[in-house]
Amino acid sequence: MDPARITPFIKSVQNVFATMLQLPVEVEDPQIKQGKSATYDVTAIIGMSGDCVGSVVLSFEQESALRIVALFTGTEASVDSPDFADAVGELVNMISGGAKALFEGRKASISTPSVVLGSNHVVSTQTDVPTIVLPCVTDCGRFAIEIAIQDQVESADADSQSAATTA
Amino acid sequence: MKILLVDDSKTMRNIQKSVLSQLGYSELEEACDGQDALSKVKAFDPDLLLVDWNMPNMDGLSFVKAYRQDDKTTPIIMVTTEAEKSRVIEAIKAGVNNYVVKPFTPDLLSQRIQETLEKCAAA
Repeated sequence: MDPARITPFIKSVQNVFATMLQLPVEVEDPQIKQGKSATYDVTAIIGMSGDCVGSVVLSFEQESALRIVALFTGTEASVDSPDFADAVGELVNMISGGAKALFEGRKASISTPSVVLGSNHVVSTQTDVPTIVLPCVTDCGRFAIEIAIQDQVESADADSQSAATTA
Repeated sequence: MKILLVDDSKTMRNIQKSVLSQLGYSELEEACDGQDALSKVKAFDPDLLLVDWNMPNMDGLSFVKAYRQDDKTTPIIMVTTEAEKSRVIEAIKAGVNNYVVKPFTPDLLSQRIQETLEKCAAA
C-alpha cells in the first residue's frame, strides 16, 4: 500500500478526536496485520470506492469504546444500545472522510458505516491487499485503525497482470 | 425559527441540537436521510436545513437537488465529512448556501449558522 495513504489517517484521527472529544491521540508505529480477527471487540467498518478501493476499520477495546463514546456523546450508552453503535460509526465516518480529503490527486467516496460487536470476529478484506494497523493510545484507552485500501490503478494493473498470467 | 436536521447519525443530530439549543433555537425536526427529509419538509416548512451528505436511501446532495426544485430560497447548510474542494463546489451548484466540514467545533457551527441566516436575511 502506498504510504501516502497512511499519513492522512494519522492526521485525521488526531483531528477528529481533538475537535470532537478534546482527546489527544498518540499513534504508534504502523504494523502489517497478522491473522484475520479484528484487533479488538468493537469494530466499525466503512468501505471506500473510487480511485482508492477497500475498507477502513476502527477497532476498540470495549472499555475504551465505552469511555470514548461517553465523551463524544456526553451520555453513557451500553454496548448493545443503538446509540453506542451510531456513535462508533460516526467516528469511523469522520476519520475516513477526513483522511480521503488528504489523498493528493485521488478522489474517493466512502460508504455508510457498519458496526460489529463481539470478541474474535473476522473482518474479510481483499486477500491481495495488506492491512496496515495504526495502534492508537488515548487517556480513555486503546483502539486501532485498520486500513486495507489500494489505488484503483494498482488494482487494474494487478487484474491485467493476473489476466496475462492466465492467458 | 424552524430548523430541520438531516443526518443518519443520531449522535450527530444530538450534537447539532445541543449547539442550536445554546443559540436559542428549539423548534427542531429531525430526518434520518434524504427521503425522510423530503417527506417532512412540507408539513414542517423549515426556515433552515442542516444536511449531511453521505446517508442511506437518499444522500444529501440528491435531497438538496430535489428540495431546490420547489424551494429556491430556504437556506441550507451542508454538514459533512466530504471536505474536498470539488465536493464543496458540487454542493454549492446544487443549491447549498454554506458548508461545514466534520469534525467541527460548536463555535464553528454556530458561526456558520449565524452568517448563513444573516446573508439570507440581507438578500
